[in-house]
Amino acid sequence: MQREAAIREPLILGEKSYHDITEDICKPIESKAPRAWYVMITITGLISLWGIGCILYLLGTGIGVWGLNKTVGWAWDITNFVWWVGIGHAGTLISAVLLLFRQKWRMAVNRSAEAMTIFAVMMAALFPGIHMGRIWLAYWVLPLPNQFGSLWVNFNSPLLWDVFAISTYFTVSLVFWYIGLIPDFATIRDRMTKPKAKKVYSTLSFGWTGDAKAWNRFEIVSLVLAGLATPLVFSVHSIVSMDFATSVIPGWHTTIFPPYFVSGAVFSGFAMVLTLLLVMRKVMHLESYITIKHVEYMNIVIIVTGSIVGVAYLTELFVSWYSGVEYESYAFINRATGKYWWSYWAMMTCNVISPQLFWFKKIRTSLTATFILSIVVNIGMWFERFVIIVTSLHRDYIPSSWSMFHPTFVDIGIFVGTIGIFFTLFLLFARFFPVLALNELKTILKSSGEYYKKQYAIAGGGHAEVEMETPVEEAPKAVEETPVEDTTTKAVAAEATDAEEQKEAPVEEAPTVEETPEASTEEKAEEAAPETPAAEESSEEPQDAEDAGSTEGEEPSDEEDNEDKKED
Amino acid sequence: MSDKVLYAMFDDDGTLMSAAKKIVGKGVKVKDVFSPFPVHGLDPIIGVKHTRLGICAFLYGITGTSLALLGMWYFMVHDWPMNIGGKPNFTLYQNIPSFIPVTFEFTVFCAAHGMALTYLLRNKTLPGLPARNPDPRTTDDKFVMEIRTSENRSFSADELNALLNDSGAIELEEKEV
Repeated sequence: MQREAAIREPLILGEKSYHDITEDICKPIESKAPRAWYVMITITGLISLWGIGCILYLLGTGIGVWGLNKTVGWAWDITNFVWWVGIGHAGTLISAVLLLFRQKWRMAVNRSAEAMTIFAVMMAALFPGIHMGRIWLAYWVLPLPNQFGSLWVNFNSPLLWDVFAISTYFTVSLVFWYIGLIPDFATIRDRMTKPKAKKVYSTLSFGWTGDAKAWNRFEIVSLVLAGLATPLVFSVHSIVSMDFATSVIPGWHTTIFPPYFVSGAVFSGFAMVLTLLLVMRKVMHLESYITIKHVEYMNIVIIVTGSIVGVAYLTELFVSWYSGVEYESYAFINRATGKYWWSYWAMMTCNVISPQLFWFKKIRTSLTATFILSIVVNIGMWFERFVIIVTSLHRDYIPSSWSMFHPTFVDIGIFVGTIGIFFTLFLLFARFFPVLALNELKTILKSSGEYYKKQYAIAGGGHAEVEMETPVEEAPKAVEETPVEDTTTKAVAAEATDAEEQKEAPVEEAPTVEETPEASTEEKAEEAAPETPAAEESSEEPQDAEDAGSTEGEEPSDEEDNEDKKED
Repeated sequence: MSDKVLYAMFDDDGTLMSAAKKIVGKGVKVKDVFSPFPVHGLDPIIGVKHTRLGICAFLYGITGTSLALLGMWYFMVHDWPMNIGGKPNFTLYQNIPSFIPVTFEFTVFCAAHGMALTYLLRNKTLPGLPARNPDPRTTDDKFVMEIRTSENRSFSADELNALLNDSGAIELEEKEV
């Protein structure tokens, strides 16, 4: 059994057993959805319908309904495309790059981050599609034999590279995500009691059995896919940046674009992951799995990538002056002081200054601050793409063709619509799919779970049997000690004791249900170390824990309320 | 020839590991283990060989590389050479820098999908296939060891049962095959 240094903070809080992890993740799928879910999906559903309406109107009428003109031929459409692709980068980064680096904290966030990636890339792919005007001819981007003397697509063009990059990225991410989902679907299949749902989940689980050889293959497939997906993540946004960098437009043809775009993508992707997860962990009660430490880790990634983006902005600015090319210099002076100065400074404030606030530990461990800043970052990243695309184009070579870009309701409708579709898909995911990689989480429970880490510390690295007696004295301490660091663990501890009480009740009420489960619970009580202290603790300490939860629990709940409001 | 399957259930991966070590040490052949998550270090004990899927992925990958280069050579150099911005593209060698991105993407595409498909086929996991785990709890928190009497002729069923009980199994089940 692999053990972790005691100094590392636990990644799974509370006294969880393997079964508790299954319960915590599967309960929301098996029980009825909370009212908030219906409210949210109605709102996002209406927004998506509006967006779909705008798209249909655009397809029926032509892209003249956008605000594009002969000077600004790319505007919100490509801005949105690059923005969504960028957001789609965090998922694969978390699941692939962090897997290669053996970062255990990724296991609590990878599933939803990958789902986010897939939905974001779907939204991204929509924009070049509808930008073609005649979307039914979209298959022309493929090298297919045709009646024009077999005129092939141009493999020298970054736009075609994009076709290959985005489609590979989308399908590989989808496969990576689904291969991880199969064992978790099997868990739901084996628990599900409703016949219809059981059938659906057994189809989705592909008949997974979980034998030793299957897990052996599973591990190597995850590793190789991670190895393949890692350069893929970097290639995709590099290629997207080459759409601009290989052109001759001042402000676009800069060699730093690939790394600059990739770090920007990771930056915005992590921000979007945080926006989604902070709401999800609250609504679905995942505080023991997505801890403050997870949020802090992600905020650190945001500082790093945000700082790279900041350096890239300044480098660009410096090089435009140092190059001595007056067109290049003008492009950048115009960005900062021209008619679109507000978008430039919005970008600078949101992307360069705001992430620096995360240097303060208080801010990067505060959920409210993180939530607000994660949204600010994504606003900033949208403006970054807008600045690059529109302000570079709107001052054309001939001053007589200088113009501005004015979005129409269709531009706005489609952009807002994609946000609606994205959130609708994510809400459906959160309702019907296991939102955490629950079976992978079980592999880190003994090395990184709070309870097990404490036991090892007490036993001094001894065997599991040593732990039998100690927890009774130590467990109450756990409730008192941890909350000093953050208030939410207290609430979690209180919930945990409640859950334990509930778990005991059914055994007493219905002793005649079946032979095996009862026998197993009895034996569990005898043998399994985690159960004994929990039962003892719930009889001794419930008042303390609950008191603590009710007094200290006020603050976090206020914070979360604010978050909910902001999200609306 | 009658064949019996013994299913021994464990409720902890640590117990399972020490049980496997003990049983295999006695000379019993363990057919398989069903677990909710990968139990690291178990495979060498029960004699599961390391998978060769990684090699498959490599082969699919180089197939992708060759196909991409062959395709682009045919489209851009052989069948319909296009003069784009005066850049030379009359040989593959001269054009290769701008072919790198698509070659890379296609390599990844073939390697990833080829490997994923092989993985699904080898595991016999495809939509609609039935689950073959002996107990539904093996996808939650229980671990089941499968032992066949036909592979362990030197032990009687009772001996095997006793051995499993001693090593910490919480439930035993026998099935005729």
